[in-house]
Amino acid sequence: MLDIRKRTGWIFFGAMMAQILLISAQVQTKSGVRALQAVTFEVFSRIEFGTASVVSGVRRVWGGYIGLRGAKAENEALRQRVAALEVQLQQEHALAMRSERLQMLLDMKTHGTVPTLAAEVIAGNPDPVMRTVTINRGSGDGVSADMAVIAPGGVVGRIIGPVVRHAARVQLLIDRNAAAGAMMERTRAGGMVVGVEANPPLRMELVSNLTDVKPGDAVVASGVDGIFPKGYLIGRVERVDRGTGLYRTISVRPGVEFSSLEEVLVVLSSPRPASRDEDVK
Amino acid sequence: MKSAAVILAIVAALALQTTLSGLLAGGAIAVNLVLVAVVYLALSYGAVTGLMTGMIGGLAQDALAGGIVGLGGMSKTLIGFLVGVLGAQFNLSTTLPRLVMFVAATFVHQIVFEGLHAMIGGRHFSPQWTATFLQALANGLIGVTAFLLVENGPGALQRRRMRRASLGKRRY
Repeated sequence: MLDIRKRTGWIFFGAMMAQILLISAQVQTKSGVRALQAVTFEVFSRIEFGTASVVSGVRRVWGGYIGLRGAKAENEALRQRVAALEVQLQQEHALAMRSERLQMLLDMKTHGTVPTLAAEVIAGNPDPVMRTVTINRGSGDGVSADMAVIAPGGVVGRIIGPVVRHAARVQLLIDRNAAAGAMMERTRAGGMVVGVEANPPLRMELVSNLTDVKPGDAVVASGVDGIFPKGYLIGRVERVDRGTGLYRTISVRPGVEFSSLEEVLVVLSSPRPASRDEDVK
Repeated sequence: MKSAAVILAIVAALALQTTLSGLLAGGAIAVNLVLVAVVYLALSYGAVTGLMTGMIGGLAQDALAGGIVGLGGMSKTLIGFLVGVLGAQFNLSTTLPRLVMFVAATFVHQIVFEGLHAMIGGRHFSPQWTATFLQALANGLIGVTAFLLVENGPGALQRRRMRRASLGKRRY
C-alpha cells in the first residue's frame, strides 16, 4: 500500500502548484489578460518556439544535405562546362593568333618585292642537333632547294634537299651549319651570320674591330649569298665583344621566334650564285 | 479519527477566528487562529498533515475573506510543510521551542503572504513588523497554551485519580 507520508515532497509540490494555478486563474496581468492564460500562453509559446526551432533545424539540415547533393552534381557539371569553355577559348585564341599571323604573312607577301609562297610548318626535326623544320610545300608548288624562307619576324632559313612534291625541309638559320650574308643596317658593315650552340643562337662574324657596332643594332640580310633577299631582318645585336684578332665577336638575337614557328613564306625567286656585295664595306 | 480531528480543528479555528475578528476589529492585536491550528497540527502529526491542513484552512480562510483565493492557502501550506519537517528533525516537545516555532511561523507566514500580495498586486513589499510581532506573540501564547491544555489536561486528571486510588489502598 502506498504510504503518502513517503511522498511528502511531491505532495507539497502538487499542493503549491495547484494553488499557483488557482491564483493565476484569478489575477490579471497589466494587459488585462488573466495570468493563467498569459502564463499558459507564454509556456506553450516557448514550447512551440522550441518545437519550431527543432523542426526548422531539421528541415534546414535536411535541405542543406539535399542541396549539397544537388550542389555536388551541379558543381561537377559546371566543372565540365568550364573545362569545355576553356578548351573552346583556347581554340578561339589560337584561331585569332593564327589569323593575325596569316594577316602579317599576307601583308608581307603583298608588299614584298619578291614572289613568295605561303607554307605551313608541319613538323620539326627529331634530331636536336639538326635544326630544321618541314613545310607543307614542295616541288609541286615550285619549291626547290636553296630557296630562302622568311617570316614576318625576319629570315627563317633556306630550303635544303631533298624536296618532295608536297613537302620540303627548311634549315633554320640557327642551325650550326647554317650561314647567311649579313650587314649592319645602321652602318652597312658587312659580315656573315652563323648559327651557334649558344644563347643567343646567332653570331655575326667577319666584322672588323674598327666597325661601330652597338647592342640593339639591326642585322639584315646583305644578299651576297644569293639565297636570302637583301634587307630582310635577321636579328638584333645583343652583345658586342672586341675579338682577339681582327674581328669583333657579335652575338645576335634572331628576329624570328623559332620555337613558335608555324607559318612561313618561301621566296620563290631562284637562288643566284653568291657574289661579292658591293654594299659590304 | 485523525482526519476528523483535523477538520474539526480547522472548523473551530475558522469559527473562532471569524468571531474574534468581529470582537478585535478595532484592537491592535490580531491573532490568526487558523495559522495556530496549522502549526499545532504540523507539530503534532507531521509535514503531510501540516501542509494539507494549511492548504485547506488557508483556502477556506481566503474564500471567506473575499480576496484572491490561494494566497493564504499557499502561505499556510508552506508553513505547515516547513513546521512539519522541522518538527520531525528537532525535538520540539517542550514549551519554549514550540513558542519559538509559533512565533517564527507567524513571521514567515506574514512575509510570504505579504510578498505574494505585493507580487501579484504590483505594490511594494511593506509588512507591518510591530503588528506582526504582536500577532506572533499572541499566536505563540495561544499555541503553547493549547499544547499544555491538551497534553496536561487529560493526563493531570488521570494522574490525580490514580494518586487518590493509591492513597486509599494504603490507608485501608
